[in-house]
Amino acid sequence: MQIPIEYYLILSAALFMTGIVGVLIRRNAIIVFMSIELMLNSANLTLITFSSYLGNSIGQIFVFFVMAVAAAEAAIGLAIIIALFRNKLTVNLDEINIFKW
Amino acid sequence: MLNNIQEFYNILPLIIIGGLILVSLIIEMYSESSEKILPWLSIIGFLFVGIYSLVEVGRTSIVLQNMLATGGVVNIFWLIFNITAAIVCLLSINYIKKYGAYYGEYYIIIQTSVLGMMLMAGAKDLIVIFLGLEVMSISFYVLAGFNRNRSSANEASLKYFLLGAFATGFLVYGIALIYGKATTTSIDAISLNFSALSGNVLFLTGVLLFLIGFSFKIAAFPFHMWVPDVYQGSPTTVAGLFSTAGKAAGFSALIVTFAALFGGPHGHLFTPYLSAIAVFSMLFGSIVAIMQTDIKRMLAYSSIAHAGYMLIGLASGNIDGVAGIIFYLAAYSFMNLAAFGIVSILEGKEETNLDLDSYAGLGTRSPFIAGLFALIMFALAGIPPFAGFFGKYYVFIAAIKSDLTWLAMVGILSSMISVYFYLRLVVIMYFKSSETEDKVSYTASEIIAVVIAVVFVIILGLAPGSFIDLVTKFL
Repeated sequence: MQIPIEYYLILSAALFMTGIVGVLIRRNAIIVFMSIELMLNSANLTLITFSSYLGNSIGQIFVFFVMAVAAAEAAIGLAIIIALFRNKLTVNLDEINIFKW
Repeated sequence: MLNNIQEFYNILPLIIIGGLILVSLIIEMYSESSEKILPWLSIIGFLFVGIYSLVEVGRTSIVLQNMLATGGVVNIFWLIFNITAAIVCLLSINYIKKYGAYYGEYYIIIQTSVLGMMLMAGAKDLIVIFLGLEVMSISFYVLAGFNRNRSSANEASLKYFLLGAFATGFLVYGIALIYGKATTTSIDAISLNFSALSGNVLFLTGVLLFLIGFSFKIAAFPFHMWVPDVYQGSPTTVAGLFSTAGKAAGFSALIVTFAALFGGPHGHLFTPYLSAIAVFSMLFGSIVAIMQTDIKRMLAYSSIAHAGYMLIGLASGNIDGVAGIIFYLAAYSFMNLAAFGIVSILEGKEETNLDLDSYAGLGTRSPFIAGLFALIMFALAGIPPFAGFFGKYYVFIAAIKSDLTWLAMVGILSSMISVYFYLRLVVIMYFKSSETEDKVSYTASEIIAVVIAVVFVIILGLAPGSFIDLVTKFL
């Protein structure tokens, strides 16, 4: 039995919402970053679903690009977080407030 | 795959910038005097690519398996990006030493960000837009936190990164939904089938998420909150690059995706949404800028307001609006570069002299710089003989042609509010006495960069028609 496409789409929408809520309510920079990765991966799931459902390979190719970009972003992001941690000894976003937010 | 030698000449600008990055990396690795070579190499490269783009502007083509367009408007954008980047490099030579963070990567990362912008402007496929955007953004995250020993720079960089990546999430999810309905990521194919697709809720949600993701890059209303913090915390020259070339790149990708719809039956589909974010950006930027005491924060809020004016052109949904935005972007790039350039000249060591009050008495201390700054403030406020006025004029005229007179009225109201904070700076410079009598010291390269930008502002203001004609010829 084939699983209908709606199941995948609802799952990825739920993951996307989880990511948004995580970014908005968590205060630890690393967890916020993980939530962003969750958003990107939910988009990847959507792309794969459509790609398989439509029998069209563009979506799968796009996923490779998204994964490569996410890896580059992770490298830069973690480097920024480490540089900040060295100066302030915290990664809590509430304590990072030289400028008014 | 290159089909023929002509295709090679059409994408030569991209190849040159790509080669420049590699050569710069090697020079940085092996040369002792890379600090002296790299800025000039970058400037020569950017100028060459800019002039080459201008010379080849008439040769429009679509290359690399329908992934990239060259010629026409794309080349005009390439010209804007490259001249802007060249001026930023010229300003940085002295500034980055004063700022205390020279690392060889500085110029190389500026080059990669320009490569990303050029890909965005030429994109014919959503994949290319996404990749160009990310190449530019990731370079920008690094540039924002370039002084890794200073916690203000770290903070600016972290905020830029987290919000930028958040916006990227929206963008990618939007593209995924668009792809799901349109079964392709080619922009031409999507605009061709737009009538059939526009009834679908999933597709429209995708386009809306795409727009939300982009409003981050152009610093418009729903995603504007990073702008003041990032501009204040990053090096001043880099903030100049974000606010000019970065914004122009964001708009170029929006124009690439939406201009194909204009003139067709669905040209006004997104007008309500675009007008709403335009109104909020303009009024929010102008009103909050009044309360700022830091010059970089003030310029940041003014940059949000300017994004609003440019969005009016997009909301009006006709070709005049697009031409108006491109003119506005060129004018705004040079105005803001000159403003940030002067701020970077006046900035002291350890990020001092950034208060509005530290500009007091500049009219007597340093009449030349004060004169240039006053001219730029008049141009940003949109006072007639300068480029800023004609930018607003073309955009508002486009809105009136599309029966959006109320939007143009809001724009005029907002520019009247903004006159207050621009002219307040002029008043502080000329009519407020300062405690110090220090003359401002500057190097030749900095002042030349500022003067070049000011000259462009005056030229665009004196002869706006010729630039508009050049743009409309290719729309």
